[in-house]
Amino acid sequence: MAFDSLKTRILETADSLGGAAIMLADVAGWMFRKPDGLDNLFKQMVRVGVESVPIVVLSALFTGMVLALQSGVASMKLFNQPVFMGTLVSFTMVLELGPVLTALVVAGRVGASITAELGTMRVSEQLDALYTLGTTPERYLVTPLFISMLIMLPSLTLFADLIGILGGYIVTVYSFEIPGSVYINDVLSHLQIVHFAHGLIKAFFFGFIIVTVSCYRGLTTSGGAEGVGRSTTGAVVVSMVLILVSDYFLTVLLNALGII
Amino acid sequence: MIRVRGLKKHLAGKWVLNGLDIDIMDREIFTLLGGSGEGKSVFLKNLTGLMKPDGGTINIDGTEITELSAKKLHKIQTQIGMMFQGGALFDSMTVGDNVAFGMRRLTDYSREKISRMVKKYLEMVGLDGTEDKLPESLSIGMRRRVALARAIATRPRYILYDEPTTGLDPITTDVVCDLFLELQKELDVTSVIVTHDLKTAYKVSSRIGLLYEGKIVAAYDTESFRKSDNPYVKQFIRGNRNGPMKAKNGQESVL
Ligand SMILES: Nc1ncnc2c1ncn2[C@@H]1O[C@H](COP(=O)(O)OP(=O)(O)OP(=O)(O)O)[C@@H](O)[C@H]1O
Ligand SMILES: [Mg+2]
Repeated sequence: MAFDSLKTRILETADSLGGAAIMLADVAGWMFRKPDGLDNLFKQMVRVGVESVPIVVLSALFTGMVLALQSGVASMKLFNQPVFMGTLVSFTMVLELGPVLTALVVAGRVGASITAELGTMRVSEQLDALYTLGTTPERYLVTPLFISMLIMLPSLTLFADLIGILGGYIVTVYSFEIPGSVYINDVLSHLQIVHFAHGLIKAFFFGFIIVTVSCYRGLTTSGGAEGVGRSTTGAVVVSMVLILVSDYFLTVLLNALGII
Repeated sequence: MIRVRGLKKHLAGKWVLNGLDIDIMDREIFTLLGGSGEGKSVFLKNLTGLMKPDGGTINIDGTEITELSAKKLHKIQTQIGMMFQGGALFDSMTVGDNVAFGMRRLTDYSREKISRMVKKYLEMVGLDGTEDKLPESLSIGMRRRVALARAIATRPRYILYDEPTTGLDPITTDVVCDLFLELQKELDVTSVIVTHDLKTAYKVSSRIGLLYEGKIVAAYDTESFRKSDNPYVKQFIRGNRNGPMKAKNGQESVL
């Protein structure tokens, strides 16, 4: 019995992977061709990128602040003075928390809304209608979402990195009363372009995960409003888990390649 | 012409279509009647390639569509206009953009011409002045008519209508029926209408078929259909629950 349900699970997963691969091949074909409606691409860019700015700023700012606070307090205990706060905050943000936090926030906010929208269009036959009106869901909806996500998630991440470092600056200067120049010097003397590359490559992959999962789950929704709800939660959970798991392996890989 | 042979579709644990044969001739209006849940919508979706059949063949103008690659199938799909039962209007777009959507992709009309045509088609379905409204602000009957306008706007070779007059008042129904006849005269178009509304069927069809248990149990020209002695047809026209067709929904077991 347990074996049977495991077997079904495995078959289902294989089926999803196959379906997602077909979707990806289709999207790859459309990606570099003239977009089906520039206004639509623009709309998706705004939805994925611009509308995520407030929540990304908020989470990055407080993350930078708490990093500075923790490292300040810890180094006070160890060395009786706060040291290397700029270095710690900037490395943690740029290499790790910038990409991961931004991706998690975007998976919850944008990924969910992508799945819900595509799922609703599926169950109300709007996706079917596209075929008879000269386009396909992959071309008209999924491709612009891919382009937007692959551009916007790294951009948002870069933005989050900077805001996080700013958050660290605020706490360092105002709570620990260390001169701003010391913090900035800590940041600039150690941080290099390659560290940003490390984080942004991760962000690119996370964007790919989010948009693939949420589009695929949306397109394959069935079962009315309840089905839309199921797909949406499913997409967010799967995206988040994949982001956290792949983060480790990406770090290993980037390390091996010397991008760190 | 569309030639369907032995079409089968298995859904939700039963054979919804079970060896369906029908020919749909060029430039005719073929109406398919059938009870609720008999698979009329499923039939239309198979014709457009939106659903893959589990058996049988569908030949459209000499091309066997059940074996086509997605790309080639899409070429054929663009020649088929479909009015979906639920309307399937794009709810994030205005009524005008909905009607213009296919024209922008399948015709080489200029911007001006498209907005002129949108006006014209909306007028044809009695909805002039609704271009800038969102579908959600329209009644269900109005949405159906927008869907109708959207389906005919690309001037497809085939137009499939899923319950075009259901839920419309008798006068609007009459307007829509006239629209079908007008289109038929004006365009080189073949129509398939799915409905359970006999009045519409009689008024517009050149031929009427009856779907029961996954097969076409009768298909005659309109006059012969009305007078037919076929027991299925007689039962359907009279609306009698006793006859060769069994009422669905387990009505028998209630008492
Ligand atoms: N996507 C689907 N998945 C599973 N079953 C389906 C699907 N679409 C239709 N069915 C089933 O197929 C049968 C026929 O449905 P269909 O919608 O074609 O009926 P219909 O003749 O159009 O009815 P109505 O006149 O009420 O619109 C129904 O039993 C329905 O439950
Ligand atoms: Mg139906």
